[in-house]
Amino acid sequence: MNTLIVIAVILIVLSLVYQWGASTSRSVARSAGVKMHSRPVYYGLLLVLWCAIPAAVVYVLYSLFAPTIINSMILSYLPADVAGDPQARVSAMSRIQNLASGFGALGDVPDYERQAARALTSLRWTANLAIVALVAVVGVLGTLFARSRIGPEYRARNRVEWAIKALLITCSAIAILTTVGIVLSVLSEALRFFTFVNPIDFFFGTVWNPRFSSTGSGGQGDFGLLPLLWGTIMITIIAMLVAVPVGLMAAIYLSEYAGAKFRFISKPLLEVLAGIPTIVYGFFALVTVGPFFSGIGAALGLDVQATSAFTAGIVMGIMIIPFVSSLSDDIISQVPQTMRDGSYGLGATRSETIRKVILPAALPGIVGAFLLAVSRAVGETMIVVLAAGNSPVLTANPFEAVSTVTVTIVNQLTGDTDFASPQSLVAFALGLTLFVITLCLNVVAIYIVKKYREQYE
Amino acid sequence: MASTAETPALAGAPSPRSNRDVVEQNLARRHRNEAIFRFTGLGAILVGIALVGVLFGSILIKGVPAFTQATMTLEVDFDPEIINIPERPVLQASQSVAEYEQALLSWRRRLAFVNWNKVIQASLAKVLPAAADNARDAAGMIASGERIKLRDMVEADPSIVGTTQAVSLVAAANVDVWLKGNIDRTLPQHMQQLSKLQQEWSDELYQRGVISMAFSTALFTNVDSRSSPATAGLLGAIVGSVMMMLIVLVVAVPIGVMAAIYLEEFAPKNRLTDLIEVNINNLAAVPSIVFGLLGAAVFINFLGLPLSAPIVGGLVLSLMTLPTVIIASRASLRAVPPSIRQAALGVGASPMQAMFHHTLPLAVPGMLTGAIIGVAQALGETAPLLLIGMNAFVASVPSTPMEQSSALPVQIYLWQGNELRNFFEARTSAAIIVLLAVMITLNALAIFLRNRFERRW
Amino acid sequence: MSAVAAEASTGRYETIRIADPVARPTKIAAKEVYVHYGAKEALHHVSIDIPAQAVTAFIGPSGCGKSTFLRCFNRMNDTIENCRVDGVLDMEGEDLNDHSLDVVLLRARVGMVFQKPNPFPKSIFENIAYGPRIHGVAQDKAHLQEIVETSLKKAGLWEEVKDRLNEPGTGLSGGQQQRLCIARAIAVSPEVILMDEPCSALDPIATAKVEELIGELRQNYTIIIVTHSMSQAQRVSQRTAYFHLGYLVEEGPTESIFNNPQEKRTKDYITGVFG
Ligand SMILES: Nc1ncnc2c1ncn2[C@@H]1O[C@H](COP(=O)(O)OP(=O)(O)OP(=O)(O)O)[C@@H](O)[C@H]1O
Ligand SMILES: [Mg+2]
Repeated sequence: MNTLIVIAVILIVLSLVYQWGASTSRSVARSAGVKMHSRPVYYGLLLVLWCAIPAAVVYVLYSLFAPTIINSMILSYLPADVAGDPQARVSAMSRIQNLASGFGALGDVPDYERQAARALTSLRWTANLAIVALVAVVGVLGTLFARSRIGPEYRARNRVEWAIKALLITCSAIAILTTVGIVLSVLSEALRFFTFVNPIDFFFGTVWNPRFSSTGSGGQGDFGLLPLLWGTIMITIIAMLVAVPVGLMAAIYLSEYAGAKFRFISKPLLEVLAGIPTIVYGFFALVTVGPFFSGIGAALGLDVQATSAFTAGIVMGIMIIPFVSSLSDDIISQVPQTMRDGSYGLGATRSETIRKVILPAALPGIVGAFLLAVSRAVGETMIVVLAAGNSPVLTANPFEAVSTVTVTIVNQLTGDTDFASPQSLVAFALGLTLFVITLCLNVVAIYIVKKYREQYE
Repeated sequence: MASTAETPALAGAPSPRSNRDVVEQNLARRHRNEAIFRFTGLGAILVGIALVGVLFGSILIKGVPAFTQATMTLEVDFDPEIINIPERPVLQASQSVAEYEQALLSWRRRLAFVNWNKVIQASLAKVLPAAADNARDAAGMIASGERIKLRDMVEADPSIVGTTQAVSLVAAANVDVWLKGNIDRTLPQHMQQLSKLQQEWSDELYQRGVISMAFSTALFTNVDSRSSPATAGLLGAIVGSVMMMLIVLVVAVPIGVMAAIYLEEFAPKNRLTDLIEVNINNLAAVPSIVFGLLGAAVFINFLGLPLSAPIVGGLVLSLMTLPTVIIASRASLRAVPPSIRQAALGVGASPMQAMFHHTLPLAVPGMLTGAIIGVAQALGETAPLLLIGMNAFVASVPSTPMEQSSALPVQIYLWQGNELRNFFEARTSAAIIVLLAVMITLNALAIFLRNRFERRW
Repeated sequence: MSAVAAEASTGRYETIRIADPVARPTKIAAKEVYVHYGAKEALHHVSIDIPAQAVTAFIGPSGCGKSTFLRCFNRMNDTIENCRVDGVLDMEGEDLNDHSLDVVLLRARVGMVFQKPNPFPKSIFENIAYGPRIHGVAQDKAHLQEIVETSLKKAGLWEEVKDRLNEPGTGLSGGQQQRLCIARAIAVSPEVILMDEPCSALDPIATAKVEELIGELRQNYTIIIVTHSMSQAQRVSQRTAYFHLGYLVEEGPTESIFNNPQEKRTKDYITGVFG
């Protein structure tokens, strides 16, 4: 309720400021008998910006620093023995807060607490008054300054547009900042991991057995990446074996054979697969697909585990089908119609045209699409967490349980706030590996697809 | 020159018509290949669509029954002998708030220590006389969380003590499993979840209509529970997810739209913008789990934000959704024909005015579609949330985004791992149905908007 | 009198036909051909005899249905979703428009060259070899090489490309690409070659080369060419047909059409009054 009132007051003040700017510009124009450089709107907006931005900066600075300053001032009321003991200090501070807010505290309230609470109350009052006054003064000064510059020559529109542009640029920079943030945070934590474990042992180790950080002195455990990487690769291969033929053939049928009506119905149906969250696929793999395969295996006398590289790979392939098919569909429809005409004009059947003319022409684009699909499979997490079996061993048998890079990241980091042990830091080394792999795949794929598009533009 | 100089036919030229027989010979084979190819394509699409069917079918078959749950309607005696508590305290003038809270707390504690099992046993004994002598079996018939329901009734209105009320109580999970046939009734007794007596009671009460399958409101009105699986619900997860969606809407959508406006309309074409372009495309393909690592390292470890809080989840998902929103917004800006922009510039508008007054309004529907799809994608995302601690067990509804919370997909992840498989498989599927329903609604909304506002230029 | 007015007065518009001074055997006889795009009738009862071993030119203003009619001869209209062709196209006793007729075989007999050169993104050799390969015409590698060579020679391209048969066909100049496409059509030894404005994307020198080539090819093939250039029609064709708004207005020996047009609209068109 309070916040609503504050917001309303701010809005009213700003709209008054706006009106003032706009009307000033009109009266300046009238009295000088000239045309202003910009329309009144811009003078109003400019005043608003000059009023709001400096005041907002002051307020942000206040809220960043004030609590710490007030806290330290209150600390001085505590006797040395309480202030010295962290636990006692925290509980005393919270009692003081409660007393100050009028909630009260239980048990005996020592004098110093009462005094501190009183001091806190008055401090807060002064601080609040001070900041309100300061914000108001800064806002008024900013407004007056901007007001003093209004004149027929003053390019208000350009200034306002400059401010908007600055905002737009900041927003675009956030995308870059995200990448920088990913690289820096993951890299720095990974480097900390490498102070515990030799990078050679990590990248070329064939045993993954990190132990628990709580088992303490009994050695570090083994952090060999290869079993995880192999699990990832095996599942990716299986997934691509499912997704590529089905996705590509579906794309071909949709773009070359299907009539408008069939396309209109079947395309969205297929795209439904793309919108399903991966946790749902994971659950589907775990309770339906896995038992189904192990049942078939049992009937054939094979030992097929319900959660295995095979189960995870097949379900991941299903997930990627619409991804492959919609990318390939785009790519195939970029092949110019004249190419098809040339082939049909020679008497080729549709399939001959597709296999011998369209696919070769679309090949680079399709390769790009496949690389993107691989990148997706490599980074997929929930399906493998639920359905791959989580057993980090080097095995060539797809029907056995495996583990992957992503599964291990989840296992090592979930719920763990301890950023000091190699057991949790290894997640960042794994994340770095994953990021670098997918980055390479993506950049190459995006480049190929872009070049392909330009070719037919 | 219709009468071109007659040149003799080239020597060795195959005479026309000579190929006809050869071509005819191969026709049958070529048409067969054509048919095979065509049917493979059709098959691929049908496989894709069939998979959609199987996936939805298996989840619906498992999940729909979980929306109804074994529920008993009992006449509950709020017997003052058993519910032996003092009057509810009220705030006295001489008390501080803290003291009142203290008194209320101890009253609540008294209420919680009431032997509710005995109350339940007594009311069960009214329909099943044998229950009077078998306290353990009787208590096991009702979900243990329902004791809290009785307690809450008394807390809300202490005057009901001493009266008899008809209350519908959710039966224990094992009763539900037994009645729905989710356990093999022929299993030997030591492998059964219900005692012999409880099995007989369940069947009898079901036949007499005391137990009926009623809509499971608990699923939507309760938070997660470990001790009482039958009353575990999604409320906390739904609220957490909604908070995160709102954060994504407030953070990712404006930033994404503004970044798109800058990149599409104002950015100079140079190396830097090329880099931003590649960077955004790549970011869109970075595995989601990497964003989770970023969140863990930056938001939790560096900025010290709380674990499992929707604010952190929302920010991580915003960063993840940002590229999707940027790409969709750019595409819809690009789809506005340049002629509109040029017309605006031609009548003297600045580029900024042309953008905000002419281009942007036309691009809004496309941007909205992109935003909704981005939000839907964020809603289903699980992996990054696991890394910021959202897989913690949280049995409360968050009231601010800074509090601990669960999220829908994470709740699915937690439930699928519950040991009480034959109960939670169905409940997890029900949670998935809820999640999918929300996602499909969002996507349908996006498609509707696209069709409603799609313009052809 | 406009065609529409004529149709209104007489019930239908009758094409003016002028016989050839030298009798030529007929290769294809089109009778009462109608073409619809959806509900729109694009060609109205067109009947014409296409002479064998000669070049027939289709002329007329843009949108009058020349390409549409040309595409009836090898059923390329089949590839357009809402297009329907009615009527008979009798090629030596077979109806090309009969849907029991195999289009694959038909198109092997009636080849086509398009307005824009459209070589496949393959090597020059593979471009030519494509037709013979799919039809299984070549018995072995040597035969295939022979077919490629003769086709390129017939298209007058051999000397220019014989040293770079393995380079991509898209790397040739526009005129060379168009001759490559002609060679590609010849390689399957068709009886009829359809050309839809084959020179519209070429410069004058390349155009002259292609025209010369057409002149040579008509010794062995029946050729139908669509063109917007009056002078080209006069240079390469023996017979000319003038189309207007979906009607075949007038057809006859090229010289007579150009020197002594019977219809006012034909005359206006060839003298450049409109079109
Ligand atoms: N695929 C199509 N769908 C619908 N109408 C079409 C289609 N192709 C052509 N038409 C229509 O049929 C008529 C004849 O078109 P056609 O392409 O045959 O003309 P043209 O004489 O070849 O013209 P140009 O000299 O410009 O090539 C035109 O009115 C055209 O709009
Ligand atoms: Mg044409």
